[in-house]
Amino acid sequence: MNLDFSPEDQAFRAEVRAWIRDNVPEQAGPAIGIPSHKETQFAWERKLGQKGWLAYTWPQEFGGPGWSATQRYIFDTERALAGAPPSSPFGLAMLGPVLMKYGNDAQKQRYLPPIARGEEFWCQGYSEPGAGSDLAGLKTQAKREGEHYVVNGQKIWTTQAHWANFMFCLVRTNTEVPKQQGISFLLIDMRTPGIEIRPITTIDGHHHLNEVFLTNVRVPAENLVGDEGQGWTIAKYLLTHERTSIAGVPDSYYQLGRLREAVATDAALSEDPLVSHRLAALEVDLLALEYTNLRTLDRVAKGQPPGSESSGLKIKGTELQQAISEAQMELGGLGALPWLSPADDAHPVFAAATQRYNFLRASSIYGGTNEIQKNVLAKLLLQL
Amino acid sequence: MDFSYSQEQEMLRDSAAKFALKGYGFERYQSTLDQPGHCDPAVWSQMAEFGWLGLAVPEDAGGLGGSALDVALVCEALGSGMVLEPFVAGAVLPARLLSLAGGQPALLEAVASGTTQFAVAWTESGTRHDPAFCTTRAKAQSDGYMLTGRKQCVLNASNAQTLIVAARTSGEDGDENGISLFAVEASAPGVELKPYPIMGGGYAADLQFDAVKVDGSALVGSLDAGFEPLDAALDHATAAACAQALGAMSALLERTGNYLKVRKQFGTPIGSFQVLQHRLVDMFVEVEQSRSMVLMSSVRVDSSPEASVRRRAVSAAKAYLAQSSKFVAQQAVQLHGGIGVTEELDIGHYFRQLSAFGNLYGDRTWHLRRFAATPAA
Repeated sequence: MNLDFSPEDQAFRAEVRAWIRDNVPEQAGPAIGIPSHKETQFAWERKLGQKGWLAYTWPQEFGGPGWSATQRYIFDTERALAGAPPSSPFGLAMLGPVLMKYGNDAQKQRYLPPIARGEEFWCQGYSEPGAGSDLAGLKTQAKREGEHYVVNGQKIWTTQAHWANFMFCLVRTNTEVPKQQGISFLLIDMRTPGIEIRPITTIDGHHHLNEVFLTNVRVPAENLVGDEGQGWTIAKYLLTHERTSIAGVPDSYYQLGRLREAVATDAALSEDPLVSHRLAALEVDLLALEYTNLRTLDRVAKGQPPGSESSGLKIKGTELQQAISEAQMELGGLGALPWLSPADDAHPVFAAATQRYNFLRASSIYGGTNEIQKNVLAKLLLQL
Repeated sequence: MDFSYSQEQEMLRDSAAKFALKGYGFERYQSTLDQPGHCDPAVWSQMAEFGWLGLAVPEDAGGLGGSALDVALVCEALGSGMVLEPFVAGAVLPARLLSLAGGQPALLEAVASGTTQFAVAWTESGTRHDPAFCTTRAKAQSDGYMLTGRKQCVLNASNAQTLIVAARTSGEDGDENGISLFAVEASAPGVELKPYPIMGGGYAADLQFDAVKVDGSALVGSLDAGFEPLDAALDHATAAACAQALGAMSALLERTGNYLKVRKQFGTPIGSFQVLQHRLVDMFVEVEQSRSMVLMSSVRVDSSPEASVRRRAVSAAKAYLAQSSKFVAQQAVQLHGGIGVTEELDIGHYFRQLSAFGNLYGDRTWHLRRFAATPAA
């Protein structure tokens, strides 16, 4: 066993670091991690796309750089430590692997390259009002009529639907069979008539989420991914990818580093042993998460799927993101209290902390609640 | 030993609960968010009519002369109804401070009647909540004083016509001795306000005093002796804020319990899942522990001749509730799932109020430190 990076990896790190340092968006800062500035996000993704580094988890044949798992990890770390925003996961981390595995050639050629170039933005049409954690309970119907599916229903919690060109969507194509078997996976152009997007303002005071209403939306049958009724299998495959990327180790290192900087500017904090104890405890937890994440990456590098332990990464990763933002808010004291209006006096980390703390409450809910992840693990461990 | 309320207290509690539930509610809260300074003047004068604004004002100054427990009963109801009007910062704290410092009966009457809004300016950046840390200075002049300095995040300052300002008239920045209190008009030349909304609703402001002149009558209480009344009044305000947090926690417990009964997933109410039942039970236990702390601190805060007893009781309560309220608030959001993180539902608003509560009137670390440093009587 060897936990050190090779000289080649070190050289790779230097190259990535230099490029990111020259290209990181100016607006990057402590609030990054919360995608609420569309233009910053898009410009950064296109820049990465031009460099060929946007689809950095993809093999070369689909427009990725063909990096090893270690190289991806290095890139992620350097990206986060530079304060650059993470790439939006919907096209890259979720749909991409699905199309590579289940898509036909036409779908791969049509959809993968624009994602890799940062030219088309996707959203995820999974959750419904009655089907959150119980995803298979979804009701949105797609009826085959000639060369089209006609889709009717409602999606909810659709992140950045108001930014998206397309939505990948789970729909019910058969109501006669057990609920998991009647689901299909459709690609929907957001400009199709019959789609209405209504914003949901969240607890952090911002608009990231939406309700999406679909009324007689005609989707070409060629936009079906895999076979009709195969949607549940595809959805589960996609979710293991979603959960791996949710651990957020590099971003947590960045946020913890920024918190340390902020603490150092305030003698009342930096000289307080309780504060250094709290920071140390967070860092220890982060180390444990980092090495669990590395072990998963190693499995993936050896050609194995990320597996169910990605549920554990999701649980610990989101708990830690929440704990760091909680420390940012609490150590910020009165400087963290101004709402939607940054304080003059406060360190930028403290000024952004309240929004981050509130925003991140959703992290233990989205992508399958942490309670559901524990059920998944329990099932795996107990084989019940 | 007797934990029962008097008949008058039962009546006070019932009327406050009735107001919070029937006269206020989430819609009223949302409309108050549209009011300047997040304070509806109609509600404020209603609170004056009920006598609540004068609850902490002594009877001889036109108030009801209520105990800290009386105040806590009203606060708990206001917290459960998410009443935004700044009862603690704008009525309880100024009333206790003015009466404990002595003098200025006209100001006390104004608190009780609700005709003037007050704010107490004591927090400074870099204090980590310590009222002895006061760098704002007041220099004696032939005809009064001249104030110079800054205050951070002064609750209700943007609504206030009168600011009660802690300023140093002698001693070093962290000394308890040498702090004096001044009643300063918010419109006085040299006073600059930068108002902003805070998390969970309510307004605060950063204040700048640039050679602000006040005459000798602006001094509240005795020269250099402002720390003791400020410390004691803040303990009253902290106990009251804890009671308000308790109200919000109880409301979250009740709403979450109701939600677990109606929300279905996997074809069954989610309340049938044992893991969620245990979460709700943990919330209940924390609410009851917190209630005990609110009762204990409210009784001790004004029946204790020894400052150390008062300080330990209040610090214990605030340290406990800072943690338990965070737990209850986080669980309530989590158990509500996606709907719990929306603006549309009241759960997230309670969550933010309780998050702000943790950082106000001294955080958990500060109060644990004060508790540890204060010898038991």
